[in-house]
Parts: sequence; structure tokens; C-alpha cells
Amino acid sequence: MTGMHGGRIAIVGASETTEIGVLPDRAMIQLHAEAALSALADAGLTAADVDGVSTAGPMPFEVSHHLGITPRWLDGTMVGGCSFMLLVRHAAAAIASGAADVVLVTHGESGRSRVGVAPYRHNPASPAGQFEAPFGALAPYSTFTVPAMRFLHERGMTRRDLAEVVVAQREWAVDNPRAFRRKPTTVEQVLADPPIAYPFTRDMCCVVTDGGGALVLTSAERAADLPGGAHAVYLLGSGEACEGPMMSQMEDVGSFGAFRRASAEALATASVSHADIDLLMAYDAFAHLPLYMLEDIGFVGRGESGAFIAEGNTRKGGTLPMNTNGGGLSYTHTGMYGMFAIQEAVRQLRGEAAVQVPGVEISFVQGVGLFFGAAGSLVLSNRQP
Amino acid sequence: MAGGTVPVPTPETAPFWAGALAGELRIQQCDSCGKYYFYPRPFCRYCQSRDVSWRTVSGLGRLVSYVINYRPLPPADPNEPQVIALVELDEGPRMMTNIVGMSPEPGNLPLDGRVRVEFEQRGDQALPVFRLSAEAA
Repeated sequence: MTGMHGGRIAIVGASETTEIGVLPDRAMIQLHAEAALSALADAGLTAADVDGVSTAGPMPFEVSHHLGITPRWLDGTMVGGCSFMLLVRHAAAAIASGAADVVLVTHGESGRSRVGVAPYRHNPASPAGQFEAPFGALAPYSTFTVPAMRFLHERGMTRRDLAEVVVAQREWAVDNPRAFRRKPTTVEQVLADPPIAYPFTRDMCCVVTDGGGALVLTSAERAADLPGGAHAVYLLGSGEACEGPMMSQMEDVGSFGAFRRASAEALATASVSHADIDLLMAYDAFAHLPLYMLEDIGFVGRGESGAFIAEGNTRKGGTLPMNTNGGGLSYTHTGMYGMFAIQEAVRQLRGEAAVQVPGVEISFVQGVGLFFGAAGSLVLSNRQP
Repeated sequence: MAGGTVPVPTPETAPFWAGALAGELRIQQCDSCGKYYFYPRPFCRYCQSRDVSWRTVSGLGRLVSYVINYRPLPPADPNEPQVIALVELDEGPRMMTNIVGMSPEPGNLPLDGRVRVEFEQRGDQALPVFRLSAEAA
């Protein structure tokens, strides 16, 4: 693996939709388009410059045709919310191999208003439809959450550790005008929130919003000649991994193998260590995920994730600022949050974040797909090694 | 339990569901490597051998993890909390299930507690659910 990592590929354009949150006046495909046009403008490129298009959810040609782009490279890898980490990784491989020169990665989801989207269809004959859904493991909040009690139990941790995740991230969101939940909160308050699926209360579950985001990638060589080259963010390393579509069949309920494998490959290909990471974006559809990720990526030892967050390490001024936009729990979550985690990493590396961490040079982005189904990891930097 | 979706068997899983209707928990064991596995498929998930057999197992296991879902989706009754749980069978495989037969409160749901299978009618099928049981030890 030589050509796609080590800063040879750059993100030269990045943008979310101008508005995020509740957007009942826009269809899903238009959210893709708005983000795409903004990201191209950010890169100083036009649709005519794009020869690769990728997205997760709709077919990539639904997006390319909508935008008037005729691509020679397509990717529609769909593995849930971390698809965008994989799409960035695949785009880098395509650019490095010459299969594409300029790749546009788009996301748009009318997750809250459900405008222009297909209704959810349950398949009662699929493995999950036969062996999980009949028991109520159907919605994300009643499926993804099921392993959490085991994780806590094995480590002598409690629900307070879940609440601490919410409180730490809310602190970032309070000062972010684009965040959906911005009221300061406390551990006691989070625990007293309405229960959704014990041990999870309302604020331990992500927000549900509408919005989109897009990225433009090209070679570092070409980036140097582009207007977007001045704020280029480079891909140092990446990894992807999966287990399966059924929560109950996780290899180890208290640790996710795909987090361990994808993150290890990302760190190895980037040739960086945990101590080099200035910012962690840890996809948080529910409050237990950052706990799993901190341990599975290896930022802390087994059983140390709760104390690490409670002691303030992931807050402002901490040793490892985490989910600095407020995360899926407080910022936004359209259904597939991965794109927004990448966008915040890019903003922090450019020095343009709503709540900027001083001196961020290397960011680690960890995504999760479906309910402990897949994982994607990126190591991004604002300078070439 | 107050309803929910009804599983639709496929040819590969039909013996499991026929067993449930007969009040038996039937899963598969590999004749080559000896491991039990779940969910049903006509080859071993561990060594890919096609030499596998259906076994009626003990129906005993332990509670691994759970949530108490206060927001059941239709067709389940939205007003009746569900205990959605992971149970590890004594034979090895882990299953999603419901814990029944007690008031759905954390104090009644000790992790690693012993459980025993029973079956609940759901549409034209029967679902394997579990009850905490000191006797199952």
C-alpha cells in the first residue's frame, strides 16, 4: 500500500449544507446537490472537473446525473453511517491508481423530515428479520444499545459513564450555533431524562436531523495548483473492516473487532501513534460508542474509557479533544453521521471550526456502520509528512 | 409479550421454526469441527463444512446483556416495555431474545443469570423466549 496514503491524496473541498437540522422544504437528493455544489466551490472547481462520484444510500448515478456530471469512476459502497470513511479511502485508491482524477463524495439525508425518501421496508425473511426483529431489536435505539450493559458490567462501569459522554460533548455543542442540542447539562440531568431503552435515556441517543455534506478529493500534486490547495487536508492512513448485519452475532459483545482492525490499519498506514493524534472524531450514534472506540482504537486501556472522559480528557483543554462539533449526540445526525465527523475533522485541521482547538495537526476519524456491522478509520493531517 | 413482527422462515431455517412450534430449541452442530452455530445455514460458519446436523439443545443459558425498551415499534404494543436481551446458550451460540416472566426492572435482570427457554406464539410461528430460573443452574 504505497500510493494512496502518506499524504499523496488531498481533500481540497469540503462543505456541509448551508443549513442543517429541520429542513422540510428539501428532498434528500437536493441535500446531496447543495452540499456538492458548495464543496466544489470550496475547492475552486466545477462539476466539469469531476470524473469520479461516490455516495452511500442512493445509487451514485442518481447524484451524478442530478448534478450534470458524467463520471468515469463510481462507488456506491453502502455499509451504513461509516460508508463515507470507506468512500474517502476508496477514492484515494482510485486517484492513486489513475482510475479517477477528481472525486466528489456526497451525503444527503432527510432523516428527520423524510422528504423524497423511500419508506422503510422490513424484511421478515432476512436473518435479522427472523432472528432479531421479532424480539423488538428493530429500531437503532433498541438494537445498537443492547451490548452496552455487558460492556459496562465487564469493566465495573455504570450508567454514569454513559452520561459523562453526553455531558462532555454537550460542552462543545453549547458554543456551536449549528448544534441541535445546545443546553448545558449534567450527569444527574442526563440520567433523569426520559428513558428510551434502559440504560439509555433520551440524551444518550443521537439527535435526528436533515442535512448533507460533500468532499472533493484529488492528488496532492494537483491540489497544489488549485485554489482549494491552500487549505488542503491530506490522507495519511486509513482502514476498513466489518463483522456482520446481526447485533447478536458480534464476536465479542464487549469489544468490536472491526474497530480494532480498521483503526490498527489506519494508524499503521499513516505511520503515526496514538500520541500523535490531536483530535478524535468518534462516531457517536449512542453514548456507549465513544467508550468502545477509545478502548478498541487503543487510546486508553480496557476499562479506562469512562474515567478518561469523566476526568475531562476529551473536553476543551483536554489531552484528546473528542467530537468537538458536539457529535451525533448533540450536533447533528441525519441517519448516516460519518460525513459530518469527517467535515469536523477537516474544519479543525483548517482552523475553521466553530469551537476551534488550537494547533490541530493530525485528526483520527472513527466511524461505525449499522449496529456494530462495519467500521472505517481515517488519519487526516493539514500537512504532508 | 405484546406482539411484534412475525418471522418468515426460509428453506434453510425452516427446521428451527418447526422445532419452535413443537416446543423444542433446535440449532445446528458441525459434524466436522464439532461446534454449534447460529443462525441456521446448511454449512458450518466456522469451518465451512457441509456436514452439519440439527440438534435439539438444552434450552439453558445465561443472560449476557439487555435493554428495557420503552419505545416498542408497531406492531408491538407501544405501551408495554420489552426486555430485549442477548442469551448465550450452554452449547455456545448467542441469540437475541426476550426475557419474560418478571416485571421489567433492572433489579430483576442480573447479568450472567441462568435462563431457560420457553416458546410464545407469534402469528403462525413460535418464538424462543427465556425466563430467569434458579433451577436452570
